[in-house]
Amino acid sequence: MTGNYSAAEAARFARVEVVAAYPITPQTTIVERLAKIIEEGKLKARYVRVESEHSAMAACIGASAAGARVFTATSSHGLLYMHEMLHWASIMRLPVVMCVVNRAVGPWNIHVDHNDSVSQRDTGWIQFYVEDNQEIFDTIIQSYKISEQALLPSMICMDGFVLSHTSQPLELPCQEDIDQLIPHDQKGHMLLDVDSPMTLGSLNMDGTEGEGIPAYMEHRYFADKAMENIRQTLRTIDEEFRKKCGRSYGGLIQEYRCDDAEVVMVSMGTLAAQAKLAVDELRNEGYKVGAVKLRVFRPFPAEELRKLAERVKAFAIVDRNVSYGSGGAAFTETKAALYGVKEQPLVLGFIVGLGGRDVTPSHQRTIFEQTARVLEKGRTTEAEIWFNLKKEMQ
Amino acid sequence: MILGLPEEELVLPGNSSCAGCGGTLALRHTLKALGKRTIIVVPACCTSVIQGLYPNSALNIPTLNTAFASAAAAASGVTAALEARQVDDITVLAWAGDGGTADIGIQALSGAAERETNFLYICYDNEAYMNTGIQRSGATPYGMRTTTTPTGKREHKKDLPMVMAAHEIEYVATACPSYPKDLHDKVKKAKNIKGTKYIHILTPCPTGWLFDGSLTIEVGRKAVVSGSWILFEIEKGELELTSVSKNLIDPEKRIPIEDYLKSQGRFDDLTEEDLVEIKKWTSHQWDKVLRLQ
Amino acid sequence: MGKTAQETREQMTEYAKPSKGAGGKTGLWRTFKPVMICEKCKKCMICWQFCPEGAISKGKDDYPEIDYTYCKGCGICAHECKPKGIEMRRESD
Repeated sequence: MTGNYSAAEAARFARVEVVAAYPITPQTTIVERLAKIIEEGKLKARYVRVESEHSAMAACIGASAAGARVFTATSSHGLLYMHEMLHWASIMRLPVVMCVVNRAVGPWNIHVDHNDSVSQRDTGWIQFYVEDNQEIFDTIIQSYKISEQALLPSMICMDGFVLSHTSQPLELPCQEDIDQLIPHDQKGHMLLDVDSPMTLGSLNMDGTEGEGIPAYMEHRYFADKAMENIRQTLRTIDEEFRKKCGRSYGGLIQEYRCDDAEVVMVSMGTLAAQAKLAVDELRNEGYKVGAVKLRVFRPFPAEELRKLAERVKAFAIVDRNVSYGSGGAAFTETKAALYGVKEQPLVLGFIVGLGGRDVTPSHQRTIFEQTARVLEKGRTTEAEIWFNLKKEMQ
Repeated sequence: MILGLPEEELVLPGNSSCAGCGGTLALRHTLKALGKRTIIVVPACCTSVIQGLYPNSALNIPTLNTAFASAAAAASGVTAALEARQVDDITVLAWAGDGGTADIGIQALSGAAERETNFLYICYDNEAYMNTGIQRSGATPYGMRTTTTPTGKREHKKDLPMVMAAHEIEYVATACPSYPKDLHDKVKKAKNIKGTKYIHILTPCPTGWLFDGSLTIEVGRKAVVSGSWILFEIEKGELELTSVSKNLIDPEKRIPIEDYLKSQGRFDDLTEEDLVEIKKWTSHQWDKVLRLQ
Repeated sequence: MGKTAQETREQMTEYAKPSKGAGGKTGLWRTFKPVMICEKCKKCMICWQFCPEGAISKGKDDYPEIDYTYCKGCGICAHECKPKGIEMRRESD
């Protein structure tokens, strides 16, 4: 099953009640599949064929506030178009689950890079980056539990075309197991209740609410705290999932051959899966290297990276995104996470694969080698490298 | 019951509306017609502020505040959730200003209408972005002074009721709180129709139109009796004039438009040419309406 | 924890509860105050119908009763009252 179909199947198993989505390459086959299974009666849901992504998120907010379990999906400019509503969903503490099929932004490129979702990292959404289609399915299922418990929305990001349109074997669970794992408590989630009227999202100007009542800033604090609490609950929920479905993803990061690694590559999405090939090749030649996959980008796995920093000599942070004037997001945030660590490892940043430029295991090997060379020279820092630009442009 | 209307106030007193607010009066009557089993969706507009400050709210029904452009979209979501649970005795009301309807919100409204969303969308029109200090909107009439049209708007008012009629939705109507029974009956009728319903209420605003707060009802009456605002309803494509507008087809029966315009400071700078243009346009509005009759 | 899930949720995010005076004691806004002249009042309740605030209710002997805690003194009731059963008087200091 392709990555997109896996996402649609996960929504079906989660028994979502409202889908509000707008087509955009390369997400389109998710919504096409959902439309089909809803019309065939395989999924009892209302599909609101909204006229824009901004409306898609607004409709998801409305439906979720009215107690329904919702699902949506988008990419690139679609995600950017709904940006203001992303903030609205998270601060209203609504458990919206969205699949983001990563695609480059700006005119016009339909291939993968992470600028779309990474640029939304401040919106208060939990962010997952998956490496294969099974993980798409499993993570969407887990997200419902995580979001409905933490009351924060989740986005599950998959590489456009690389996963969305590539078929991989998919193991489907038993519907009863999923029903038990993520039962939907409608009454508990319904905020718009005619028997108990309340107003959501009214004027929250700081300082007018009185003693003992949380104000604007306290609400943001609570949301941040909820995001922080996920660091623990993620493992518990993963364990519950493992008991029902037999697969486990651990916590915020996944380590590959890092126990005695001197140089570790950090990446997100399919690059993390592929890094294992470069690691194996170099290990066969006797080099002590490892790879880390940032399974979760929000909340940022600062603690996990600090722990690794105690024994690793160098990090090669591979970003398939860039914040102009600041650098790759994982690079910047890793350096911030490692601030204050007594024995600072070398941290190098590589910007790769924007607009779908191919990144091969051979490229990843080169990145390891470049990092090792800088480490040998005894340098403590170096400018971020835009990897594999056309030679004439450098 | 008083005057055939439920006594209970669903818009609670002590809210933040300006003294004499036509919009709040319109909402008060709308909710009397719809009752407690109503969910209201409010985008950024005067009503966002009129609700008062967290943790108190002036609206005694479940209320979802949403971003400016998204009233109809959020309402579509609420409607979908109720349908998914097979709940059919709760009315979903999108209550938006002219800004959130004619300008930034028109895309979502058009989409919701085309999808035949089962909800009631009401635009309460004070003819400018009043909440943010009287900036012009697409619904601002010709010649009105606003902060972004200081010498008077040079374009005519966007004809939203006709835009919605062109969507061929189940029910389109115009109203004014100066005629509360007409407003009440239209809302009540819309409540019992399945599909997309649109009601456009002209709500006089003392603050932005520049008249004394005690004259809100009188200004609204003048708007209708001068022919500037036509009260009608369109059900399944059939248009019928309602209330006093029924008797105003003959321009001789109307009061002079000057009576309406001169009662408000916002039209203080109108020239003779402006007046001619306005009269021409008003006549044109009547032609459009009568053609559909 | 001691709180229900609903209460916790309410604390965590911005849920406002319906109440009178959500905009404060708006009666303090008044410059002029509507005063009933019961001898002239016909109990038609048009004032109730046109009060934007909902600050008028049916009171003793079915006369309109004005809630001065919230009445903003807009004057619509006095203006619309045909028999002049309501008079606007300046608030005393």
